[in-house]
Amino acid sequence: MNFLPHDVPLTWYLLLSAALFSLGIVGFLFKRNIITVFMSIELMLNAVNLSFVTFAHQWHAVKGQIFVFFVMMVAAAEAAVGLAIIIAVFRVRATLSVDRIDLMKL
Amino acid sequence: MNAIIHHEFIIYAHLWLIPLAPFLGFLVNGVLGRHLPKWLVTTVALLAPFASFSAVLCDSNASLLPAVETLPFPWLNLPGLHIDFTLTLDQLSLVMVLVVTGVGFLIHIYSVGYMHDDPGYARYFSYLNLFLFFMTTLVLAGNVLVMFVGWEGVGLASYLLIGFWFQKPSAASAGMKAFIVNRIGDFGFLIGIFLLLASFGTLTFAEIATKLAASPAWTGGILTVICLCLLAGATGKSAQLPLYVWLPDAMEGPTPVSALIHAATMVTAGVYMIARFHFLFDRSPFALSVVAIVGAATALFAATMGLAQNDIKRVLAYSTISQLGYMFLGCGVAAYSAAIFHLMTHAFFKALLFLAAGSVIHALGGEQDLRKMGGLRKKIPITFWTMTAAVVAIAGIWPFAGFFSKDAILYAAFLQGNGGKVFWFVGLVTALLTALYMLRLWYLAFFGESRSHDVHAHESPWSMLSPLVILAALSVCGGWIGIERFSAFLSPVLGARSAESATPHLELYLSILAVAVALEGWLIADKYYRRKTERPAQVAAAVPGLYKLLSNKYYVDEIYNAVFVRPLLVISRYILGWVVDGAILGGAAWLLGGIATFGGAILQRWQSGNIRSYAAWLAAGAAAVLLFVLLVSSPHTWSLLLLHVESIHRASHIAVTQLTQAGH
Repeated sequence: MNFLPHDVPLTWYLLLSAALFSLGIVGFLFKRNIITVFMSIELMLNAVNLSFVTFAHQWHAVKGQIFVFFVMMVAAAEAAVGLAIIIAVFRVRATLSVDRIDLMKL
Repeated sequence: MNAIIHHEFIIYAHLWLIPLAPFLGFLVNGVLGRHLPKWLVTTVALLAPFASFSAVLCDSNASLLPAVETLPFPWLNLPGLHIDFTLTLDQLSLVMVLVVTGVGFLIHIYSVGYMHDDPGYARYFSYLNLFLFFMTTLVLAGNVLVMFVGWEGVGLASYLLIGFWFQKPSAASAGMKAFIVNRIGDFGFLIGIFLLLASFGTLTFAEIATKLAASPAWTGGILTVICLCLLAGATGKSAQLPLYVWLPDAMEGPTPVSALIHAATMVTAGVYMIARFHFLFDRSPFALSVVAIVGAATALFAATMGLAQNDIKRVLAYSTISQLGYMFLGCGVAAYSAAIFHLMTHAFFKALLFLAAGSVIHALGGEQDLRKMGGLRKKIPITFWTMTAAVVAIAGIWPFAGFFSKDAILYAAFLQGNGGKVFWFVGLVTALLTALYMLRLWYLAFFGESRSHDVHAHESPWSMLSPLVILAALSVCGGWIGIERFSAFLSPVLGARSAESATPHLELYLSILAVAVALEGWLIADKYYRRKTERPAQVAAAVPGLYKLLSNKYYVDEIYNAVFVRPLLVISRYILGWVVDGAILGGAAWLLGGIATFGGAILQRWQSGNIRSYAAWLAAGAAAVLLFVLLVSSPHTWSLLLLHVESIHRASHIAVTQLTQAGH
């Protein structure tokens, strides 16, 4: 079984993955809204997932696919916990700006 | 034979019950005591020594001795060293443990009255039970290490009880003094234990005795060293020269404690230990003579100090040191059973003396100064009569208990060659002084006019008086068993009494002489302290130097202070405190702390509180790691990467070509 077209080389997938990952980093670094930051993290995770799938296809190894499921699982758990934290923080601080959530600063 | 016929009537109580009962009492009163009602504290506190005493009585059937019990778990199990927690009851430990639990029980009863209004009532009884636990462990020990556990434990209990009123600085420092001085002796004891282990490979008393018996020619040498080390431990615990200084200060504790620990039981542990090791001391004539010299010197020295003391308890403390000297003298002339005999009678009359003194102090509302007593005979008659029994007993007047035991020691000393005559003479002089200072106390406290400000002297409650009466009976009758029967009873442990003289009636003559000397002491006391009360002051004025020397206890405390305590304090405070602790250790700690603070101040800047800056650092770190992996770990990666870039270029080129072709 083959889900990926043969004539698209491996490199293109990797470049796409790198581009998505970089977008995630940029969003993570430059957005102030904590929910956007959160979405950027998801973007990075899925960029990594893409490269996993790509390599799994390339080397005909199923391990990479399994890793993707693990990452998805962790991402789902993280989303649940993270959103709960965000709601809790919002209740206390009445803000979603990460620049203003700095109570732990020395 | 009897034992077989009446087998079913013999009740045997396990030996470990004897220490266990007071330990449970200690736990209950020590942990819960503050929250329990007073009657329950009292019940628990009294039940513990009573249970011990009953267990001892159950086991006192001579046909069962010696009883040996080993707790069913290994205590110390090292390569080449196996030591069990063994308890042994033989004739020697039976006498001792009977005294400890019996007199201990009486003093517990007395304490109920004496400590009635003290806020630390439960704490007091938990300590007292703890003491009994360790003391019975010491006495019943089947090997030296178990004995050492009890030995250190009674030291702890003694420390806790001397400093019982720890709010008083003098009591707190007296407790520490007792503990530290005992530590010096215990150091010797511990070295002795190590040497025993090295020489015999075992610490069990019976095995050491067997090994010694197997080599009858082995004398002196390492055995002398071991004996002297053990003697050092004994001088500390039993307050002998030169380590006696803690005992007079120990009188800061409650009076029943002085009676139990610092007169009747704990301080006799040194004598007991030497008697326990008699097979060792018998092999070293030199060590034995050192024991005798220490004992005789202490007996005389302490008796002279007792003459010039004005605190009723301090007189008794010096008297205790002096009487312990007698016991050491007895051990030193190899009359172990006589020493143990004196230990037993002394426990009766000295406990009684302290308890009666406590009753006097109680009657006078805390007054301890003999100069402020007087005329108490009519006011507190029961205390007076019981104390009289004890005073006469310690003075050594026939037929009271002290006469028999003291006489046995003096007789054994007299028979001990030429040196023994010197010891005997010293003992006789001490007997004179003993009668003198005890009757001085008696006259000053009970006769003449009252010199007290408190005219409402009152007799103590019956909880205090009943132990006095029982102990008075024992002080009168305790010696009637006689040294022959007593040493015959102890002979399975201590060997037969060898003191026999060729001269007929020698023992009788010596006894008459001893009683005459004691009566002489009484007459002098009677003259000086009843009939001509102005004479003591005149005598003191006639020899002011001697009087000052005596009343200041030969300045021994001052000398020890100057020679040992002050140099140690100077070294501790200046060299160890300022230089080592302050400059070196403190400087190093300060330097480390400074580095940490300074480093923290710099690193703190990263902790901006800005999540995005953290993320940036995270990304930068990840990038750095990636670069490191790419460049350093696998140098070929560069070329691979370049190859890829080239292939991308080529692929795009192909794709573009294909697209353009498709377009056409």
